[in-house]
Amino acid sequence: MFPLTRADSFAQRNDDAFDAYGTYPLHQRAPHKDVFAEGVQHTQQPIVTGTSVLAIQYKDGIMMTADTLASYGSLARFKDVSRLHPVGTSTIVGASGDLSDFQYLQSRLDQLVTDEFTHADAHDLGPAEVHEFLSRVLYGRRSKMDPLWNSVLVGGFRDGKRFLGYVDLLGTTYSAPSIATGYGAYIAIPILREAVDGRQDKLSESDAKAILHDCMRVLFYRDARSIDKYQLATVTADGVHVSDAQPLDTSWGFAEGIRGYGAQTQ
Amino acid sequence: MFRNTYDSDNTVFSPQGRLHQVEYALEAVKQGSAAVGLRSKTHAILLALKRSTGELASYQQKMHRIDDHVGIAIAGLTSDARVLSNFMRQQAMSSRMVFNRPVPVNRLVSAIADKAQVNTQEYGRRPYGVGFLVVGQDKTGPHLYEFSPSGNSYEYYAMSIGARSQSAKTYLEKHYESFADCSLEELIKHGLHSLRETLQQDKELTINNTSIGIVGPASVHEKNVSAEGNFRILEGEEIEVYLKSMTPKDTGEAPAAAAAPAEEDATAPPAAPIVDEDVQMAD
Amino acid sequence: MTSIGTGYDLSASTYSPDGRIFQVEYANKAVENSGTAIGLRVKDGVVLAVEKLIHSKLLVSESNRRIQTIDKHVGLATAGLLADGRHLSNRARDEAASYREHYRSAPTLQFLVDRVGLYVQAYTLYSSVRPFGCSTILGAVDETGPALFIVEPSGVSYGYHGAAVGKGRQLAKTELEKLKFSELSLREAVMEAARIIYLVHDDAKEKDFELEMTWVGSETNGVHLPVPQDLFNEAARKAKEALENFE
Repeated sequence: MFPLTRADSFAQRNDDAFDAYGTYPLHQRAPHKDVFAEGVQHTQQPIVTGTSVLAIQYKDGIMMTADTLASYGSLARFKDVSRLHPVGTSTIVGASGDLSDFQYLQSRLDQLVTDEFTHADAHDLGPAEVHEFLSRVLYGRRSKMDPLWNSVLVGGFRDGKRFLGYVDLLGTTYSAPSIATGYGAYIAIPILREAVDGRQDKLSESDAKAILHDCMRVLFYRDARSIDKYQLATVTADGVHVSDAQPLDTSWGFAEGIRGYGAQTQ
Repeated sequence: MFRNTYDSDNTVFSPQGRLHQVEYALEAVKQGSAAVGLRSKTHAILLALKRSTGELASYQQKMHRIDDHVGIAIAGLTSDARVLSNFMRQQAMSSRMVFNRPVPVNRLVSAIADKAQVNTQEYGRRPYGVGFLVVGQDKTGPHLYEFSPSGNSYEYYAMSIGARSQSAKTYLEKHYESFADCSLEELIKHGLHSLRETLQQDKELTINNTSIGIVGPASVHEKNVSAEGNFRILEGEEIEVYLKSMTPKDTGEAPAAAAAPAEEDATAPPAAPIVDEDVQMAD
Repeated sequence: MTSIGTGYDLSASTYSPDGRIFQVEYANKAVENSGTAIGLRVKDGVVLAVEKLIHSKLLVSESNRRIQTIDKHVGLATAGLLADGRHLSNRARDEAASYREHYRSAPTLQFLVDRVGLYVQAYTLYSSVRPFGCSTILGAVDETGPALFIVEPSGVSYGYHGAAVGKGRQLAKTELEKLKFSELSLREAVMEAARIIYLVHDDAKEKDFELEMTWVGSETNGVHLPVPQDLFNEAARKAKEALENFE
């Protein structure tokens, strides 16, 4: 009585929720038959990279900083790239490692923020949710042996609470009052822990700024993939603020006496 | 065979722009035993009437926990409810896994409503034959929603679904303005009073045929409730204290007796009278 | 009606001998039975407003919204089957997200309307589906400026300065035609939108209603948002006053 033409796409509709991790049904996962599998190469190294990101908790929230250099190997390829990305109104994400992978993460996060906004229902994502999301994405990719080559810091301030977390290309996560990625994990962390840990509730904004500024200067002296220009981001009850790029004050007077750098005195 | 030309499947609009198959699905909800939901500033609760097929049979489960912060009461086809509640659980788990966040209740309800809408538009499917009352709490407080097979969902201060639910609704409409400031005990009492309105004349609420679902802080009669006031279902001995708190119904009631048959006319177009068993797919 | 009983009106994939598709016409009937929705496009933005009929006093007021947000800068109001409207708005969101994914920029409303129109039209081609029982007003401010469209159940779409769908659309259109859209400010448009919704609501026949309004434009930084409470209250108050003078 009612002829059915099912050549149309409606017959193939699948309106179940998108199961991002293939969790269901577990026992029926499609057999992986990719004849080119052996020819497929996954990410094995980062290409265009950013160096350290530093972040600390302080009295009013969290503060994060990263320089603006994108290196191509040891070449200082792009000198004005922002590696701090606001997500919604209470979160900042900073990344070191592969910058194209970070740009991919940025677009995923932007899409997420738009999705939340379109629900128009007073629910939105805070730093803890963004951190969880990123950890799932990064862990998911490393489990496919195709990691997104980043170390990411997520900081934020919401409902009167600070949040600062780390997640890397393996999906490893942790939280601490002060965190640094990349070279900063070796050079800046001892300074930050000394200055910050245990004193988060006392540090003023200018204290926090001074601490990070000092660390960035040390890093610029020591890290050959850094540049003397950096951005500062703060997240407080007032929201997210990312500064313009600002220069580091450095002095190279001492270098005059170093063999191979200054005038040759031998 | 069909009642009219335009009710044979859900891909046909009637000349008035109605969808008869969807309207019939709404009737399936009315075949199920009643469920009632109420909300205060601190709590959202469900009350449901369970049916049993006989002395030797247990009572049909009417409430399900979806997640720590969400629970549902159902009326209509039980097996359809299982499909939808499994889906809701998946959504809730996915939200916890991906965002470490309990799923916002309104989004959970919208998700099943959107799923139900598809079944009203494509040939070879039928609309779901079940309605839900959903209670939950999230950062915007406690909520009560109704989901129906038409793919609509609404938020209410109080609502009832299922057989003879109009009588319960009448009670709720009379009292809903006082619910916001009720204590949990008062809210449950209102709930039981309205649920009682759906009973056939010779029946009453007992510890066997009544379920109470709660989100919100513990009542004075409850033990072992988490600080967050997670969803829990009270059944059996636990609810005796609430049943006892009810105001006895006037026995010489003329108005209630008069209201009941009139209500049946309105809600029961099928020839079969409402029998004391839940509607089963296999029938 | 000549359609009934002929058998030519049972499927969207059937023409009648005079070339009509009755199922699409019936879908329009579903739209005509629902609360009115209007949109106003003025020089610095767009206002959407709906007459939300209240079917029960147990409903939580100001919950259960009928105007949806599609993208940061796009709003959508429907008249007709509410669930169909939600289906369409989900599709529109997917289209917007897909555009952003491909082009890393905000979609224009023309693009969204074209895509949604194609989608709606596909549901008029097959017997295996029914058409959408809703008309959709989309409003946005994009790179081309303010934009306002209606997508009908047939899939056809038109741009408008003032748009109206649903039960009270005739009266609403008459009122809209009196306005000078090129001269109105966004705030004035909010006042007019509220006035028109109050005007077209038929107190005698209809249940209670709730006014719902959103806007996007210079005042909202190009973001689609509910009209702020104080402005909303002012508009509603003036609308009620105007109604008393009108009668």
